[in-house]
Amino acid sequence: MLWITCPVCGPRSETEFTYGGDATAPMPGLKEKDTGPWLDYVFFRDNPRGAHREYWHHNQGCRQWLVVERDTQTHEISSCVLARKAKT
Amino acid sequence: MKRLSSGGRIDRSRPFKVRFGWRFLQAFEGDTLASALMAGGVSVVGRSFKYHRPRGIFSAGVEEPNALAQLGKRAQREPNARATTIEAFKGLKASAQNAWPNRRLDIGAAAGLLSPFISAGFYYKTFIGPFRQSTRFWMICEAFIRRAAGMGKAGYAEDHSNYEKRHAFCDVLVIGGGMAGLCAALAAGRAGAQVILAEQDFKLGGAILAQPLDDESTDWLNRILSELEVMQNVRILTRTTVFGAYDGNTFGSVERATEHRIDAPAGSIRQRYWVIRAEQAILATGAIERPLVFGGNDRPGVMLAGAARAYLNRFAVLAGRKVVVCTNNDSAYSAAVDLAHAGAAVTVADLRRNVSEEAAFPAEVAGVNILRGHGVLKARGFQKVASALVAPVDYQGRATGPARSMAADLIAVSGGWAPAIHLWSHRFGKPAFDPGCQAFVPTDEPSRVLRAAGCASAAASVQETIEQGFARGAEAARASGSTRDSGQPPASVAMGSYWQHGLSPVWSVRKSDGSFKGKAFVDFQHDVTIADIDQAHAEGYVSVEHLKRYTTTGMATDQGKLANTNALSRMAELRFMEITQVGATTFRPPFTPVAAGAITGHRHGRHFRPTRLSPIHHWHMRNGAKMIEAGAWMRPWFYPDQREDMRAAYIREAAHVRGHAGMVDVSTLGKIAVQGPDSAEFLNRIYVNGWKTLQVGSLRYGVMLREDGFAMDDGATARLAEHDYFMSTTTANAAKVLAFAERLLQTAWKNLKVHVTSVTDQWAAIALAGPNSRALLGKVSDSDFSREALPNNRIAHASINGVDVRIHRMSYSGELAYEIYVPAGFGIHVWETLYAAGDEFGLIPYGTEAMGALRIEKGHVAGPEIDGRTTLNDLCLDGFASTKKPFVGSVLRNRPVLTDPKRPSLVGLEIQGDTGAKPGSLLFPEMSDHKGHGDGWISSATYSPALGRNIALAFLKNGKQRKGEFIKIVNYVDNETLQARVVAHHFFDPQGDRQNG
Repeated sequence: MLWITCPVCGPRSETEFTYGGDATAPMPGLKEKDTGPWLDYVFFRDNPRGAHREYWHHNQGCRQWLVVERDTQTHEISSCVLARKAKT
Repeated sequence: MKRLSSGGRIDRSRPFKVRFGWRFLQAFEGDTLASALMAGGVSVVGRSFKYHRPRGIFSAGVEEPNALAQLGKRAQREPNARATTIEAFKGLKASAQNAWPNRRLDIGAAAGLLSPFISAGFYYKTFIGPFRQSTRFWMICEAFIRRAAGMGKAGYAEDHSNYEKRHAFCDVLVIGGGMAGLCAALAAGRAGAQVILAEQDFKLGGAILAQPLDDESTDWLNRILSELEVMQNVRILTRTTVFGAYDGNTFGSVERATEHRIDAPAGSIRQRYWVIRAEQAILATGAIERPLVFGGNDRPGVMLAGAARAYLNRFAVLAGRKVVVCTNNDSAYSAAVDLAHAGAAVTVADLRRNVSEEAAFPAEVAGVNILRGHGVLKARGFQKVASALVAPVDYQGRATGPARSMAADLIAVSGGWAPAIHLWSHRFGKPAFDPGCQAFVPTDEPSRVLRAAGCASAAASVQETIEQGFARGAEAARASGSTRDSGQPPASVAMGSYWQHGLSPVWSVRKSDGSFKGKAFVDFQHDVTIADIDQAHAEGYVSVEHLKRYTTTGMATDQGKLANTNALSRMAELRFMEITQVGATTFRPPFTPVAAGAITGHRHGRHFRPTRLSPIHHWHMRNGAKMIEAGAWMRPWFYPDQREDMRAAYIREAAHVRGHAGMVDVSTLGKIAVQGPDSAEFLNRIYVNGWKTLQVGSLRYGVMLREDGFAMDDGATARLAEHDYFMSTTTANAAKVLAFAERLLQTAWKNLKVHVTSVTDQWAAIALAGPNSRALLGKVSDSDFSREALPNNRIAHASINGVDVRIHRMSYSGELAYEIYVPAGFGIHVWETLYAAGDEFGLIPYGTEAMGALRIEKGHVAGPEIDGRTTLNDLCLDGFASTKKPFVGSVLRNRPVLTDPKRPSLVGLEIQGDTGAKPGSLLFPEMSDHKGHGDGWISSATYSPALGRNIALAFLKNGKQRKGEFIKIVNYVDNETLQARVVAHHFFDPQGDRQNG
């Protein structure tokens, strides 16, 4: 089980969180009218082996969305920051 | 009797009987079921999986493949329990399994005659072989085989035992209470670390327990234990199996808390599931002895040499008096010496030509006859070993001369030892093959959180085991932040050799032509023979992963603890490769079988998840409501009058609301406070309709989409103040909508100054509906509720019986209606006030079923319609979508496939006749065969008291163009066909005169 160090709540068990998907694909701006970027955002994802940035929602805790950097191979977590404060 | 009159680590002052089938066996405290069986002379314990061959006790530990027993009765029935790990206690009841009528006279043994037909890949081939055309033949065979093959049988009754789940945190988890583990715990404990030591056995000591009692190792053990036991920071858990290693250095463990005690008080915890999070862990799980492969190596009486030694020294049971030991390494000599000292006549058939003096000399002194360069070609005997066929062999284990028969009642075998690296493999995958010790060992994993010590890392001597365990313990303590010095490791101790010195890599004994003399087993529990491995190879299943699945070797409840390396070495031999090139399969949790009850703990039935109750729940209960589950919530379904059934009650309630007044508890609706200066902009983005014009004191219905353009949820949002909005969601989607809003605000729209908070639990909500509802409100409150003062879609603040409430004028039922929001703690108070005042207005409470009938009459969509697969167009809500602004989903909802007018869209159905339709029924054109998925489906159906007929909401292809058409409704579940006329989905009061009145 993963052990996620929430910047607000401290180290917590994975069971308090919900996985929230890829954090490297930003949602297009609402002004974007082309379907292409929206289709990319909704349906097309890389599935990298190794370091990956992803969203986790601390829904059983402070309810903050977090950007977690996790190795998809070893599940090692190297960083965890508030999504609000993360770049992009 | 095989029990010796003295010795052993059993308490002879505490004798009792245990039951096996119909036999009562003498046992003592400290026995296992296996040692009691052996002491009682029971040689055949059960029958094998496929061939029903008689099987006995093969090992003295968790690796046991043969001696499986059924424990307990009824609800507590536990199949496939390893007799070798079941602690004997007064009242223990066990029986044999997979044998009928009994283990000695098993009729299924005839299956052995069919063995040529049930070899590797049997299941696959039967479908593609000569019987392909004849499924009937296969079905007959299958019925027979399924009954004949198998293990124990699980019970069907509910298990009422108590199970408990606990979380534990520690600096250092030591897995295994043998010499290495004890030394690791000692070092970490002295350093001041918080230590948990978990041992699956009921006694600590590991290999020492198999040493003679008068050996100095016992004193060594007692010294260590007395130091450990007084350490406040060391928690010792015996009878606790660490069954899995997971991410974050989390370990799943099960403690058999009281199941070994018949005198456990009622309500005791049977098993305890520990989730242990450790900064550092020590893998001190020891090693498992490997068997040898020869004809009849599964006969009762063939046993691991280390096990024979354990039964002798730990349980004072002499497994045989005429013993042939067959080995490829030195460790079996300790067993030979101890058995000879206990009075057995022992011959060692050593597969090696050269045996070290260190091993041979003490054996010869003890009177052991050593045959160098010899092996057991076949174990003979029917239900137990009667003799061993011993032949001279070459370095590959092939006979080089004539075999001779030696009388024997025990054949003790040793093929060396394999480190128990299962937990390491759970975390880090494939181990490395060490050619030095011819075994898979843990590699140096990069994270250094699980350190192997002792035999688990192939430590070659007692001294190395002690020093390594101590050093790993000290390192782990330091790595987890302890600073105190661990001092010196305990001094080494002289004891019989138990590691595989001088191992020669030969694991099978064959005739000179390379074939085996009789059935030679690789996986005992799944009845996989050498012939099966050869067949898999011949048919091209040469990769270890294919080999495993094709032959099922290593897939039984013992997970190949004994089988794997022998299967691999045979495959390596066939492919002219080294084992390291062939590779190994990955071990997966659990290490030993775990009762599902232990993992479940108390979380079953009503405790599976929390039940959510409305603040008005107890009134419903007191007033005879029939309740229904809605997600986690309990909601009033209907309030039966006398002995009314559900149908009569909801029709009465729904009709009454349209005629007089009714109230329904809608506290379960999701409620979200949307606050901040950019709230209107946020709502504008998340809902499809416009929000910039909504005035303070007004409310508006809204629909939101997912990013992919499908409808997600709907509900009304009120503007309470300049920057303060109150959003409501459906009961089912409350959590989803909140998380969605939070995600958008925290990841995509970070610059919006908006905060969303769930206030679902803070408010009770009562929907008051019906033509008399205004008059009723006027009676309980002084505020002005006239049409002018409070028109539809406006809110008012009022006081009811001293409680400040907020009243939203809005209608779900289509009647003149109000939603009254009350601080949760006063929910019942206001509800009761309304109820008491409602008599003269004909007020009744109504449930969710009548609420559903009313909304279907109005054509309002709900969960069955907004099911995640429907779009605004499908729901005929596209008129709500603003064209002046973008919103979530506004781009992708216009994908051609989603705007195709042929997509099924919302229609109403007037059903002909007296029978109502069932949601999920399919729609077909009137004049057609009903084939395929039809033209659509029914989403919601009800009897409409207002229309006096059965109606339904449905999705129908080209629905907008088909009004007036007659269609067929087909319900395949009940085999029912109905007729219906397609109409607009607003059945009742389509202009909305009643709700605006």
